Amino acid sequence: MTARIIPDRLQSPLQRRLKSWETLLLAVAVAIFIFNSFASEYFLNAWNLSDATFNFTEKAMIAFAMALLIIAGEIDLSVAAIIALASTAMGAAAQIGASPSVLVLIGLGTGLACGAFNAVLVTVMGLPSIVVTIGTMSLFRGISYIVLGDTAYGGYPAGFAFFGQGYVWWVISFEFVLFAILAVIFGVLLHLTSFGRTVYAIGNNPTGALFSGIRVARVKFILFLLTGLMSGIAAICLTSRLGSTRPSIAFGMELEVVTMVVLGGVSILGGSGSIPGVVIAAFVMGLVTFGLGLLNVPGIVMSIVIGALLIGVIALPRIWAMRRL
Amino acid sequence: MQPAATAAAMTPMLSLDGITKVFPGVRALSEVSLQLYPGQVTALVGENGAGKSTVVKILTGIYQPDGGTITLDGAAVTFPNAKAAADAGITAIHQETVLFDELTVAENIFLGHAPRGRFGLIDTAEMVRKAAAILHGIEAAIDPDTRLRDLGIASKHLVAIARALSIDARIVIMDEPTAALSHKEITELYALVEKLKAQGKAILFISHKFDEIFRIADHYTVFRDGQFVGAGAITDVTPDALVQMMVGRAVDQIFPKRGHKTGREVLKVVGYDHPTEFEGINFTLHQGEILGFYGLVGAGRSEFMQSLFGITRPAKGVTRIDGAVTVIRSPADAVANGIVYVPEDRGRQGAIMALPIFQNITIPSLHRTSRHGFLRLAREFELARDYTTRLDLRAASLDTPVGNLSGGNQQKVVIAKWLATQPRVIILDEPTKGIDIGSKAAVHAFMAELAAQGLAIIMVSSEIPEVLGMSDRVIVMREGRIVAEVAGDGMTPETLVRHAAGIGAAA
Repeated sequence: MTARIIPDRLQSPLQRRLKSWETLLLAVAVAIFIFNSFASEYFLNAWNLSDATFNFTEKAMIAFAMALLIIAGEIDLSVAAIIALASTAMGAAAQIGASPSVLVLIGLGTGLACGAFNAVLVTVMGLPSIVVTIGTMSLFRGISYIVLGDTAYGGYPAGFAFFGQGYVWWVISFEFVLFAILAVIFGVLLHLTSFGRTVYAIGNNPTGALFSGIRVARVKFILFLLTGLMSGIAAICLTSRLGSTRPSIAFGMELEVVTMVVLGGVSILGGSGSIPGVVIAAFVMGLVTFGLGLLNVPGIVMSIVIGALLIGVIALPRIWAMRRL
Repeated sequence: MQPAATAAAMTPMLSLDGITKVFPGVRALSEVSLQLYPGQVTALVGENGAGKSTVVKILTGIYQPDGGTITLDGAAVTFPNAKAAADAGITAIHQETVLFDELTVAENIFLGHAPRGRFGLIDTAEMVRKAAAILHGIEAAIDPDTRLRDLGIASKHLVAIARALSIDARIVIMDEPTAALSHKEITELYALVEKLKAQGKAILFISHKFDEIFRIADHYTVFRDGQFVGAGAITDVTPDALVQMMVGRAVDQIFPKRGHKTGREVLKVVGYDHPTEFEGINFTLHQGEILGFYGLVGAGRSEFMQSLFGITRPAKGVTRIDGAVTVIRSPADAVANGIVYVPEDRGRQGAIMALPIFQNITIPSLHRTSRHGFLRLAREFELARDYTTRLDLRAASLDTPVGNLSGGNQQKVVIAKWLATQPRVIILDEPTKGIDIGSKAAVHAFMAELAAQGLAIIMVSSEIPEVLGMSDRVIVMREGRIVAEVAGDGMTPETLVRHAAGIGAAA
């Protein structure tokens, strides 16, 4: 008897990509871009567009790490609070004359430490991450409030401004370059490495992953560390851009980060999603806020539009499926 | 076979005649008969897979028979759904009853049929009063207002029984009701059965334990492989005769012929203890050997195997691989040391259903298919193709999610995943449970081939023909302990059943 040959694939990766969420989202992004360019004469301007990227670059950096965490079936709601704590730590160091490079190390170190704290509570103690990080959200920001109260830290050294205000070439900001580099790094990590594969396996079936010999707790520990680290990086950029630290810095940003991740097609239940999707979602959210800003729409209406967009884009495939029944 | 003759002039309350149930690829029941009499207990006896639970599901309206008749009080009836069976006064108490921890005892008893007051709201006072009356009737000292989670397992069982009685059942099915109970609780259950008998209820009692069958049953009915084997009064039969009927003579499945040349010792387990699951486990395993582990459900076999695989830590115990003491703290350690485990629960533990076949297969081998941590898809497909071909997997493509495959093919993927790691020892937990005959034969043939290549195999199985047909040696476990080890001529169905059921004294 000759063995039957089973083909590798029935659908080429390209075919699959064309039918994907990312393609739909890209179409939405293009539509918004076209709409905006007709709606406001100030939209198609290189400097204005460059300014608009600051709306999403810091959030997107965290969203990349958050995407991996959510795909693995966990979540970190303390990211904005980590920014507050890291920013406060950097501010305190700036008061005693720390150099920009020391400030960066403090920002990264605080982020990593906060991530490690979450990681220990979730992976070692076995507590649910949503509860743990709601707790640490109050804890981390609470420390900032105790340190700062109604006051603010300012007086950052001149060289520190580059991270949030510097330009690498013409209209291309340092933050945007960092965003692009991190997008590539996280895309490669999730889609092209063994580590990324185990992230998907854990998110689809943590028990099955454990029974397949994956060190589940170790992978989750690393993901919390990465999320903390990215929050630290975002804290450096944001603090540098604002030039001051208040305890309310980045307040509520965790929900925008989660919105970006979910809009990017990552299943909130874990197991599926992609970094290209999150990148496109970042642009969609940036373009919408920028466009509405040009039309002088107040901030509160913007969040209504973003919320409606999220529900709309998530519901669209479901409605489509129902119509075909 | 005339069970009615032995039951004197009594007419059955419920009678199944010529009931047949066919599932794709399996004939679960083939023209079986069963009679239940008012005020009497009928024990339904048979090995795993004999068709006992299928009968229970037909009686409770979950399955529809493909042939035969059900007669209740002399009239032919059908139970198109669970409610119809409940309305006819049939209720079942299962081994693992579904109750709700956060609700009170009274709410659990009357969930779905609570007494209603004005405006259709639940009449709580009436419900509590009725619940108290039912609990009093079975002499259970339980407050109906207690939350269920505050009760012990035995009391929960009594609540389940009270729930069964709350719908005014005339026919009570007890499916291994004593499996989770202590000795004292079992005695109380016997007293309850006597009360139910006195109330004229017909009871169907399913159990593997011979002592309790002979203690409380009035009649017996034996099934084997979905066939009716025999029935009669319990006083006319001996435990030996019942075992004979259960296991039959012929082992009709064909198992691959194997030479018995086992090599040197690969694995030695010494003094494995766990506070609740198992105790004093010692055995050795050799190259090219298939070691069978037989026992009833709950004998602690799977729990021990998972401990050996690093899922749970034993309280004490030493594992030696090739003579060297090896500490296994996690499944990853076990895999690194060449021990792999194919679990019984494929859906939750064995495979990652949403991921494609090739990714499932390469998960534990990624360090070999990748370079510096980067995936190499071509290598992954190559490895997956290699092992799926050897196992004769049937699938549309290697990119198909495992969840889309049949049970047998899913099992082949799980086995392929582990073989790709080139293990020393493979533990197969109920390797052919719930898979079709064709895949079963393929798995058996492949096991024989692997043993011939020198792999050491542990096979946990509750199917006697499989255990006897495949194993070189068989270890029997009961209540967390090894109670017997048999090989060669000592491997008979009777010995295994006796040791597993705890009636070894006569052997």
